[in-house]
Amino acid sequence: GCFVFKPSPKKRRVSQKTVNDFRERNNDSGDAELRFVTCQSLWNKIKSETEQIQEDLNKQLFDNLGSFLRQSHSEFQEKTTKWTCRMKSREIPTAALVLGVNVTDHDLTFRSLSEVLQNNITPYIALLEAKDCPGIKNLMQKLMGQLMNCYIDVESLEDEDYVQVSQNRIRCSMTSLINWYKSVTKKTDSETPSKKRTSSSRHLQSPPVVVIFKDMESFSTKVLQDFIVISSQHIRELPLVLIFGIATSPMIIHSLLPHSVSSLLCIELFQSLSSKEHLSTIIDKLLLTAQFPFKLGEKVLQVLINIFLYHDFSVQNFIKGFQLCIVEHFYSQPLSVLCCQLVDLKKRVNSLSHDQCENIRRLPSFRRYVESQVSEKQIALLTADSFLKETIQKLLEDLHVYHENYVPVLRCLHVFTSSLPKYPLGKQIRELHCACLENRVWETKEYESCLQLARMLNKSDLVTMLQQCVEIFVSSSGKEFDKTVEKLKEFLTQFQKLEEAFQERDVSVSSQKELQKKTDLYHLQKTLLELKESRRSKKLTKFEMLRFEVVDYIDSLVRNYLVPADHKTLHEIVYFNTASVLRGHLNAAPRTALHTALNNPYCYLKNQALKSDGGSISNKAPDICIAYKLHLECGRLINLVDWLEAFSTVVMAVEGPNADAVSSDQVDDIIHARFIRAVSELELLGFIKPSKQKTDHVARLTWGGC
Amino acid sequence: MPNLEHPAYPSATLLHLESLVPCRESQVSMLLSIFGERQQFSFPSIFIYGHTSSGKTYVMQTLLNTLQLPHVFVNCVEYFTSRLLLEEILIQLQSCSSETKQTSHVPCDTFNDFVRLFKQAVASRELQDQTLYIVLDRAEQLREMEANILPAFLRLQELTDRNVTVVLLSEIVWELFRPNTGCFEPFTLYFPDYSIGHLQKILSQNHPPEYSVDFYAAYINILLGVFYMVCRDLKELQHLAALNFSKYCEPVVRGEASERDTRKLWKNIEPHLKKAMQTVYLREISSSQWERLQCDDREPGQLKGLSAHTHVELPYYSKFLLIAAYLASYNPVRTDKRFFLKHHGKIRKTNFMKKHEKTSNHLLGPKPFPLDRLLAILYSIVDNRVAPTANIFSQISSLVTLQLLSMVDHNDQLGGPRYKCTVSLDFIRAIAR
Repeated sequence: GCFVFKPSPKKRRVSQKTVNDFRERNNDSGDAELRFVTCQSLWNKIKSETEQIQEDLNKQLFDNLGSFLRQSHSEFQEKTTKWTCRMKSREIPTAALVLGVNVTDHDLTFRSLSEVLQNNITPYIALLEAKDCPGIKNLMQKLMGQLMNCYIDVESLEDEDYVQVSQNRIRCSMTSLINWYKSVTKKTDSETPSKKRTSSSRHLQSPPVVVIFKDMESFSTKVLQDFIVISSQHIRELPLVLIFGIATSPMIIHSLLPHSVSSLLCIELFQSLSSKEHLSTIIDKLLLTAQFPFKLGEKVLQVLINIFLYHDFSVQNFIKGFQLCIVEHFYSQPLSVLCCQLVDLKKRVNSLSHDQCENIRRLPSFRRYVESQVSEKQIALLTADSFLKETIQKLLEDLHVYHENYVPVLRCLHVFTSSLPKYPLGKQIRELHCACLENRVWETKEYESCLQLARMLNKSDLVTMLQQCVEIFVSSSGKEFDKTVEKLKEFLTQFQKLEEAFQERDVSVSSQKELQKKTDLYHLQKTLLELKESRRSKKLTKFEMLRFEVVDYIDSLVRNYLVPADHKTLHEIVYFNTASVLRGHLNAAPRTALHTALNNPYCYLKNQALKSDGGSISNKAPDICIAYKLHLECGRLINLVDWLEAFSTVVMAVEGPNADAVSSDQVDDIIHARFIRAVSELELLGFIKPSKQKTDHVARLTWGGC
Repeated sequence: MPNLEHPAYPSATLLHLESLVPCRESQVSMLLSIFGERQQFSFPSIFIYGHTSSGKTYVMQTLLNTLQLPHVFVNCVEYFTSRLLLEEILIQLQSCSSETKQTSHVPCDTFNDFVRLFKQAVASRELQDQTLYIVLDRAEQLREMEANILPAFLRLQELTDRNVTVVLLSEIVWELFRPNTGCFEPFTLYFPDYSIGHLQKILSQNHPPEYSVDFYAAYINILLGVFYMVCRDLKELQHLAALNFSKYCEPVVRGEASERDTRKLWKNIEPHLKKAMQTVYLREISSSQWERLQCDDREPGQLKGLSAHTHVELPYYSKFLLIAAYLASYNPVRTDKRFFLKHHGKIRKTNFMKKHEKTSNHLLGPKPFPLDRLLAILYSIVDNRVAPTANIFSQISSLVTLQLLSMVDHNDQLGGPRYKCTVSLDFIRAIAR
């Protein structure tokens, strides 16, 4: 177990209850149901897409592992009697699978790995986890249980004569495992060819037994060593292959196993794709596409990416977060019913109720839109539902077109920015995407410096970039890019022509090229200034003119197509932007929450009497809150008597003059009891603990504001 | 050279035995004289010890097999509980006495049961008049089983009143076995390490059929010259010899050198063997990869060993947590104030102080530190504000499971856990970059 895995709070159950949950909040039943269905179908689509992506990403790794497994016991299969084979000690083939620290993702990887192996190589696979194997005995039990069960799964349905071995009766030793293996393989061998099923023919003659150690780091050294020693003694009878799942570095093998044990292994290294690259692919395929109507706002995306980069590196958690966004969006935004594929849009817009129309009129982005219209149209939009619906449909279609255009232009800009020195707009396309979503990217300083640097690119780079851009536009689905492609191609031909007239340009460019070698930002800016100066006097060369044209053209594309989404009308319908909700769910702060609850009970209890008026302690608050607030004022050691005194003062405060008349130095028994209870509750919560340094004192365990 | 002689066995068998156990003749003859004739009672228990691969198991096995003495051979690592061990002995007994009769599995939980069942098993055997040998390999494991197992095995002859001898094989000396309560003292026999001459002799014996003995002996000589300093494990040497022999033969196969041209062959193989010592021997790259390299005739430098992949990619806060843990482990508490509370202006001075103290602290190893201190240092080394979220805390525990941190004294769960940083300075340097 590792980076804590938090399942999204709303389980996706296809049950009426969930639909009702959607309904409860908004009282417009028809839409709630539709929203729920939309949400589900969208999520299912995204889920299958992510699974596909993951499969593709892991393919290479699994193929390599597969061929390793197939080779590993080839000698065993052939039963060679060559001299070298006789002399070499038989090592256990071992694959060290380095998967990275994102332990939450490993489960999925191993599951698909064992599926792939089961289909192609061997039915005998055991997955072992450290927490199940504190001793060698448990390990053997687990191993045998899994292996023998898998046998039953695969074949028992067809083989009537198969003798059922009850698992408890079997002796947990290697000998019984070997006997089992012999009987299983013999059975497959003796089968007549006509009876041979496809499943067994796909596997090898004597398929290896694969034992996967999911989390190598957590296994105790002794267990691993014993297991390896034992199995190395029987490697000739049982073709065992080990797979170590490693989260840190393969060095761990050497630090866990002494040389005498590691010399029994024949270790080969396999490395999975780093989770950062994995995430880039996921973002590329899920977010930077017009395929899905649902979009993430800038802040939300930032929260998800930050959790990934700062905390866990887990792609699974990122996807779960994305799922949470979808659920939350469809749950909280009644208008999300319009967040659907373009084909369904017309029907849905037409069936909008009056309430929903009012909802739309209340949207800030729509109000801005209305204000920008002429007055007759304003009235029509605000009063006539049918006209409103027409407009909505048009606007939403516009939004879709915007998305279709946005992605290719973003990729095109990324082609340029990702090759500039120091990456002023970020190296990854996700950073660029965030920058574009945040505000008008062309107004930022970074963009400015990007353009300046782009104006200094050399020809070959520029040409390759233009070619890449052409490819992007050609493959994009946007309809408006025919002209753009033409324009870019025209640029390319012009560059070609320049090449022919190379000689005359040569002299003037040479000085510039020298300057371009300096990749330092500071130097580039300096040279840029110098160039500006010289430009006044010197006439620009043809190449420079063309370069300026290209950069200006790209700039115009950016200004046209990369308008931030929240400037678009009706963006609220498809963009999920409430980052605070997401942060509360995914990045919980238990200490802060506890402090808030105790310091300001109104926050949770919502009782008007508790509304705090800064600093002072209300006696209406629960006892534990009073005790907590008082203890905040103390030092490391708290005198219980003083604390009780202060507590009773606060509690008695409201009883007023008659209270202190009763007793000034004696504390009421009930108050005393309440105090003791509050103190023991604080101790339970871990704020204080009894101290042995001084009698009648407790030690404080927390410091600071939270 | 002492020739094996024993009246009870035919001399041809003895001669054959002698050829199978080179350099162990004196031990074998000693064992033979202890064993005596087949029907004679032998010493109740014999304890044989010696270093890894000094031929204990091999000698015992060949001796018992060649002379066809009735025996049971059990590895104590493999049968890790007393129950498994005892049952295994009984199963082997049954199977060697009567192959045809498929006996049912008999549970045997205690040594008392074992003695009873053992008597039955021996009684049903036809070879009652012969000494039965029970060999327990890796006997040091017996110490981890119930306290009565080891003393009982030593007195098995007395307990069962049968002609049985227990042989214990181990890598450690008898003194480390002796239980506090005392026990029957076995006869101890030491197998000394093979000397370089012995190794040469044994290794050369198994020459490949295509080449002459002398040619292979010359190769073994070179191999030992390189590896003898680091490795005296016979098995490992044999493995290495087999791995690299094809490379040695290469010039001969290509016709560039004759089998007698030792110097040329040496020049060819020596750098290769040295490379093997740094890679295959340490299991940096696997034997099969090494063989493939040899076939392709590429430089092994292209293939990175396991140690080359030391870099671990960690999330942002995990890095800082680990660095904070390292600082907390190697800096004394009193310096925390100086390092982490001062204004940024005095960093140069603190750096100097750190370097000064580091030398001594690094020799002492990491010290445990409480969780609060770790978090306090974390807050001061991260530039922006860190919220103490659940994610941060879970990262600490994941660092523990990744064995980058380790938890000390688990007993006090509520009162602030204490940790130790287990990674090296180089690792931290790589992370901090």
